[in-house]
Amino acid sequence: MLRIDCPICGLRDETEFGYGGDATVVRPAVVETDVEKWLAYVFLRDNPRGPHREYWHHTQGCRQWLVVERDTLTHEIGIVALARNARSKGVGR
Amino acid sequence: MAEYSFFSLVAHALSGHRHWPRAWRDATPKPAYDVVIVGAGGHGLATAYYLAKEHGIANVAVLEKGWLGGGNTGRNTTIIRSNYMIPGNTRFYERSLRLWEELSRDLNYNVMFSQRGQLNLCHSPAQMDAARWRGNVMRANGIDAELLSRTAVRRMVPHLDYSETARFPIHGALWQGRAGTARHDAVAWGYARGADRQSVDIIQRCEVTGFLFNGGRVVGVETTRGPIRAQKIGLAVAGHTGQLAAKAGLRLPLETHVLQAFVSESLKPMLDTVISYGAAHFYISQSDHGGLIFGGDLDGYNSYAQRGGLPIVEHTLASAKALMPCISRLRVLRQWAGVMDMTMDGSPIICKSPVDGLYINGGWCYGGFKATPASGWCFAWTLAKDEPHPDNAEFTLDRFRVGRQIDEKGMGPTPNAH
Repeated sequence: MLRIDCPICGLRDETEFGYGGDATVVRPAVVETDVEKWLAYVFLRDNPRGPHREYWHHTQGCRQWLVVERDTLTHEIGIVALARNARSKGVGR
Repeated sequence: MAEYSFFSLVAHALSGHRHWPRAWRDATPKPAYDVVIVGAGGHGLATAYYLAKEHGIANVAVLEKGWLGGGNTGRNTTIIRSNYMIPGNTRFYERSLRLWEELSRDLNYNVMFSQRGQLNLCHSPAQMDAARWRGNVMRANGIDAELLSRTAVRRMVPHLDYSETARFPIHGALWQGRAGTARHDAVAWGYARGADRQSVDIIQRCEVTGFLFNGGRVVGVETTRGPIRAQKIGLAVAGHTGQLAAKAGLRLPLETHVLQAFVSESLKPMLDTVISYGAAHFYISQSDHGGLIFGGDLDGYNSYAQRGGLPIVEHTLASAKALMPCISRLRVLRQWAGVMDMTMDGSPIICKSPVDGLYINGGWCYGGFKATPASGWCFAWTLAKDEPHPDNAEFTLDRFRVGRQIDEKGMGPTPNAH
């Protein structure tokens, strides 16, 4: 059982959360016409074996989107931040 | 190498089974090969076997970082079926099933392929319609399929929950009688022995750490046992496909996820077929040992840890109980997990990579075991002829760029489909 330290609700079980995938992926601007950029956004992933920055949605708690640093090899969880703050501080790339 | 037969069995029984030769050599790496396959699981070993057998390319090494068959080959629920309906998948999986039907004889090794049939249960009229559609596509492709009514399913497996209170009532099932199970380790061992008998080198405890380049072309691999050069390198490393491809500068449309499986304590024979639950993601069969083997969903987050978490244990056991209430007091004996390379459309990749000299076999998602023979057969073809066989022609990397995804589940770009 993963336990995620939600900045609003505190330490909670993974079953309260929904997984939102890789948080380093950034959607191109809607006016972007380069196929390669959309290919990368929709399909391609770094898929790291180690530290991974990822979205979790606290569906059964505060309903906030979080950016969680988690190691994909050990499942160890590092920094947890609100996604809106993480993005503005550049944590989510 | 001894041919396995009734007579060799009797002869060795008379000498107390003390003189059986090794089934394959413990090879040391040569400096160069025609083809190097990375990964000695079922897919890698099958590829080497068919390279030698079908294409006469026997100067081949199969490199394995751990031990033979120690990855996902030994971490699955051994189900074999060919009930696919999207062009690109249908004929490929049927090729695989036909190869399975001849495999024990072909390898002179009993892979214990048991065509006990598979029931895909339907729990609503809409699921019955979808099953009828799938069954018709299968039959149009010459694959056996039969739509069974609730009564027919009940006659076949009377101990499912047919009560008024069943959370998901059983409306019927799509039945594939030629589906079944096989002994997973025997598949790896049989292919290893078959490849070795054609002088393929199987090199264990030899981890690939990088690639050797000449210009833009891959001309070999760096390993923990020194550099090995080869004209062609084929990757068959399941959950680590993305990791190795990244060393050649490739970014792939897949994520690595963890999938658990379970086996119960042994019972007298009580389930003589394979059942897939249509309401939750759950599948179950009984092994020759008597244990019930079953599995469910991915844990749901990126992971390279070969162990799963408790929420999925609970979810899977709840599915088991909802489907077969009679097993609710059974104890789980073992639980294990493998790491899957989940592609963005749920279908595999068998193709030349954009890097010259490098070929990729991966993206097997939930379904790598059943694909083992055809995967090896088609990958060998692709390596030998530098072009895909028609049966794996759709399994390209480029399909994501040009919008030709093979999305069997119809759920869009997510790395958790079937």
